[in-house]
Amino acid sequence: MSQSHRIDGGQIDRSKTLRFTFDGLPYQGHPGDTLASALLANGVRLMGRSFKYHRPRGPLSSGSEEPNALVELRSGGRQEPNTRATVAELFDGLAANSQNRWPSLRFDALAINDRLNAFFAAGFYYKTFMWPKSFWEKLYEPIIRRAAGLGSVSREEDPDSYDKGFLHCDLLVIGAGPAGLMAALTAGRAGKRVILADEDFAFGGRLNAETYAVGQASGADWAAATVAELSSMPNVRLMARTTVLGAFDHGIYSAVERVSDHLAVPAVGKPRQVLWRIYSQRAILCGGATERPIAFENNDRPGIMLAGSLRAYANRWGVKAGERVAVFTNNDDGLRTAADLTAKGVEVVAVIDSRQGDEVIDTSGRLGLKSITVRDREGGTREVRVDALGVSGGWNPNVNIHSHHRSRPVWDATIAAFVPGADGPPGLLVAGSAAGVMSTHGALRTGRDAAIAALGLTGRADMPEAEDAPISITPLWHVTHGKGRAWIDQQNDVTVKDIKLAEQENFTSVEHMKRYTTLGMATDQGKTGNVIGLAIMAELTGRSIPETGTTMYRPPYTPVALGALAGRSRGKEFKPYRLTPSHHWAAEQGATFVEVGNWLRTQWVPKAGETEWRQSVDREVLATRKSVGICDVTTLGKIDIQGTDAGAFLDRVYANTFSTLPVGKCRYGLMLREDGIVFDDGTTARMGEHEYVMTTTTANAVTVFRHLEFCRQCLWPDMDVQLISTTEAWAQFSVAGPNARKLLQKVVDQDISDAAFPYMGAGNITVGGLRARLFRISFSGELAYEIAVPTRYGDALLRRLMEQGAEFDAIVYGTEALGVMRIEKGHVAGGELNGQSTALNMGLGKMVSKKKDSIGMVLSQREGLTDPNGYRLVGARPVDPKGKLTAGSHFLEIGAAPVAANDGGWLSSKVYSPHVGSDIALGYLKGGDQKIGQRMRAVNLVGGTETLVDIVSPHFVDPEGERLRG
Amino acid sequence: MVDLRAMTALGAHEPAVLTVGPLTITERFDIALASLAVRRGQDLTGAARAAGVPLPGPAQYQARAPYSAFWVTPEMWLVEAPFASHEEIAVHLKAAFGDAASVTEQTDAWVIFDLTAPDLALVLERLCNVDFRAAPEGYATRTVIDHLGCYLVKHGAGMARVYGPRSSAQSLLHAVEVAAASAL
Repeated sequence: MSQSHRIDGGQIDRSKTLRFTFDGLPYQGHPGDTLASALLANGVRLMGRSFKYHRPRGPLSSGSEEPNALVELRSGGRQEPNTRATVAELFDGLAANSQNRWPSLRFDALAINDRLNAFFAAGFYYKTFMWPKSFWEKLYEPIIRRAAGLGSVSREEDPDSYDKGFLHCDLLVIGAGPAGLMAALTAGRAGKRVILADEDFAFGGRLNAETYAVGQASGADWAAATVAELSSMPNVRLMARTTVLGAFDHGIYSAVERVSDHLAVPAVGKPRQVLWRIYSQRAILCGGATERPIAFENNDRPGIMLAGSLRAYANRWGVKAGERVAVFTNNDDGLRTAADLTAKGVEVVAVIDSRQGDEVIDTSGRLGLKSITVRDREGGTREVRVDALGVSGGWNPNVNIHSHHRSRPVWDATIAAFVPGADGPPGLLVAGSAAGVMSTHGALRTGRDAAIAALGLTGRADMPEAEDAPISITPLWHVTHGKGRAWIDQQNDVTVKDIKLAEQENFTSVEHMKRYTTLGMATDQGKTGNVIGLAIMAELTGRSIPETGTTMYRPPYTPVALGALAGRSRGKEFKPYRLTPSHHWAAEQGATFVEVGNWLRTQWVPKAGETEWRQSVDREVLATRKSVGICDVTTLGKIDIQGTDAGAFLDRVYANTFSTLPVGKCRYGLMLREDGIVFDDGTTARMGEHEYVMTTTTANAVTVFRHLEFCRQCLWPDMDVQLISTTEAWAQFSVAGPNARKLLQKVVDQDISDAAFPYMGAGNITVGGLRARLFRISFSGELAYEIAVPTRYGDALLRRLMEQGAEFDAIVYGTEALGVMRIEKGHVAGGELNGQSTALNMGLGKMVSKKKDSIGMVLSQREGLTDPNGYRLVGARPVDPKGKLTAGSHFLEIGAAPVAANDGGWLSSKVYSPHVGSDIALGYLKGGDQKIGQRMRAVNLVGGTETLVDIVSPHFVDPEGERLRG
Repeated sequence: MVDLRAMTALGAHEPAVLTVGPLTITERFDIALASLAVRRGQDLTGAARAAGVPLPGPAQYQARAPYSAFWVTPEMWLVEAPFASHEEIAVHLKAAFGDAASVTEQTDAWVIFDLTAPDLALVLERLCNVDFRAAPEGYATRTVIDHLGCYLVKHGAGMARVYGPRSSAQSLLHAVEVAAASAL
């Protein structure tokens, strides 16, 4: 199809042709076009359907304020809904489709809603779907959900990547129109670090859309020359295609840079978009102004546009929106459109100036504008045949970002618009039309002055001459003649009647009005409609516009792709992972890994012939208890605690005492929260007079360290204590089983006989001359040690242990076998350290020393926590060895009804014990210490299971502890 | 002589040297590290001078031979030295400072990458909230890269040394590689 509506001029590169499709039909455009300008150039006005009534719509604007021309771009995983055709940069091969229509854009079956509009007035949801009540969830809501929404997504994974980043500058300039360019130029020439960001792909703002001169050049040429000078400055960063989304605390702004949206496919390794966090000493908002329409009957037909956009299409893109054009305006700026179009050779058949008493009162044309009905000041009407109408109701400064800290804009009657208030974000100034200074001269001057003021510069930069026309406007919000619907918010199909209905039903606050009518919601956030809506509400209620006020402005300024917010944190890159020192060895063995926080721990290591995980786990448990097993326990938190007060410090953070621990020994420690509940547990070894090494659970490694730092820095800053994590510095392996000592003795250089290295011993040793640490501690109930070497030698140590352990049939066991053995031995872990249980509950009440004060000691003695019939840790075993237990089952007396009043407690951890030969469990049972030997039921109402169990000691293995002391 | 074979944080026996466009990533396996913290009421100045250990102020790195150091928190530094001569760096420092300081072995707590590129700031701005361009040479800071707590030291406009948690070396390297491919 030819570019039937292309005219001379514009800032497009006509030497190159870009091919694209819209709803499958092929079209051509040029570099510099947007999808909207290219479609208009091809004579296509119909680009979308409205949200509620499915009315045919074309572009209202030429920028990011666009409410109508929403399209879907690309396909498959790259499909993007709700993209404004007015800001979609054209590229070769672009495939765009219309949305929110069925079966086609020209014939949309849901346009029946337009005929039924009487039923769809504001608030119809609330009135229509009240009865019968039960229909809401099953019938009404599903139907409404299906009908709601605009575009669609493919549900395929987005193949592109999104980055996040951080930028720093002396001055952030938001918007690169005349004010922004002048501000950046002033600051840049002064040597300041400047970031100039603009959402457009071309800098210049309205200078590219107007014909008047700046200095001796056209506005566009001056902008290009200024950008060239700024580009040559190493202290200035120019960021096109970058929308500043919001102002946050402390001079921080967010911005999204569309790196690859103008390309068919991002270059290899390059992101589609980058979400930037910009730290700026000062910022200047030069975001320009948005023209607003005037509401009149049927003012939403394709071909009716904002007057400034009509001339932008002509001046910047060389496009005439129609063959016969009219302009309807209440201010002088609308007249510029008529003048510019006439100069371009476009036939302007009528200029309707409401200041003269003339008004457009209706239009015709089903899929595009065919005529307008004009009512003159005497009341006479005439129909004028036109296919494009430019409407100007005045310009609203884009105060959004200045209002993100709850600053309320103030009304400026001279321009009939809200301008930024006085209490915007600290450090943010406003210049140009965003500040309500509408002339080019004013924009240049305020841009320059804002930069000088923001940065404390001396002297004044040269400033080119430019037009300085005053504003002449007589507000007209809506035309009162005509009985039909007059649109205010075209995206959400909000009409003047809806505002009247809201007022009639007492939703007169702007915030209520917004929610009742949906004015200003969705992708455009009411950029063109909000002020008209509240002005009409002001009329209806007899209040002034400033009394009526605006709704809150919140980030983001324009819609942001969820991918940009996610950045790289998706899929396998959602979080970093941590590898244990034995990972590579385990991977070679075909081990199964399990995520434990960010760690990938070995879960079990299958042997040939093992087809099911239990076979591997049972074998690992039995092999360890029979001879020796090795487990990587590097993941446990390790904290080095030094200083002359280290012992006293530990006495305060642990419930039990550590200051009396001899050097060369370790002790199990219980750490409480301030409220007396158990926080964490682990062993701590005294390596020197003033040097301890604390072990934490894997899960709490970070939180315990943070807790200790809080205690050290905030609670007891006078204590001489120094802390540092050494979790990563040491590769640590548990070596457990009757042959553990024999194996280790082959590897370490020192005598580790029971006499030389008794139970709970700890010390520095060497392994073939290498510095190492040895702790004689056990989590399995077996004779066991933990040996640590510098992490780089961990892999080699494990290989050495396996090689030397061949004669003992040494095996490596994973976290599953670790869990089985700790439950067999009755050690508490995650299921029991549940954030609700006390030391007393765990059978460790005597560990809470009353001889000293410690965190949580006092509150652990609360009456409610010391009930003698409260929960106690017990073991449970099915009476029938083949009986199955389920963690989470509840203890019930035999014969008791399964109701909450009879609940005796619950099974906190359950495993199959190859040692016992049946399922076993740990659990909390009310008065459990008095119920050992009793028989109860373990009932799981969710799973529908019930098992008869014997309540037993939680120590299924070696209750006397002879093995681990052996 | 230790007869166990060392493995790098990336799971190899030799440190990695990788390039992504103009960026070179060099894994430093030859640096020994230990933390040095002042005990209450002690003054390390004399011992530090005698041992040749610099004690720079906040946010600073200072190089000397054989020891270099950077500040990590009030009255605490990470001290580095050549691994070949100071594998037992904690023992060396303990001997120099005695009970006046707390010393903790940190060599294998960290993976160390030297990043070099003509305009390294373009990569770092995609990775961490550090104003690398404005930072002076020898600037040392704690920062977060890809959710990982790291230290970063500036060694000139085109070089930074990043200390990240050793167990997450592969994730950290991946983050640097994709950022470099994206930015450069």
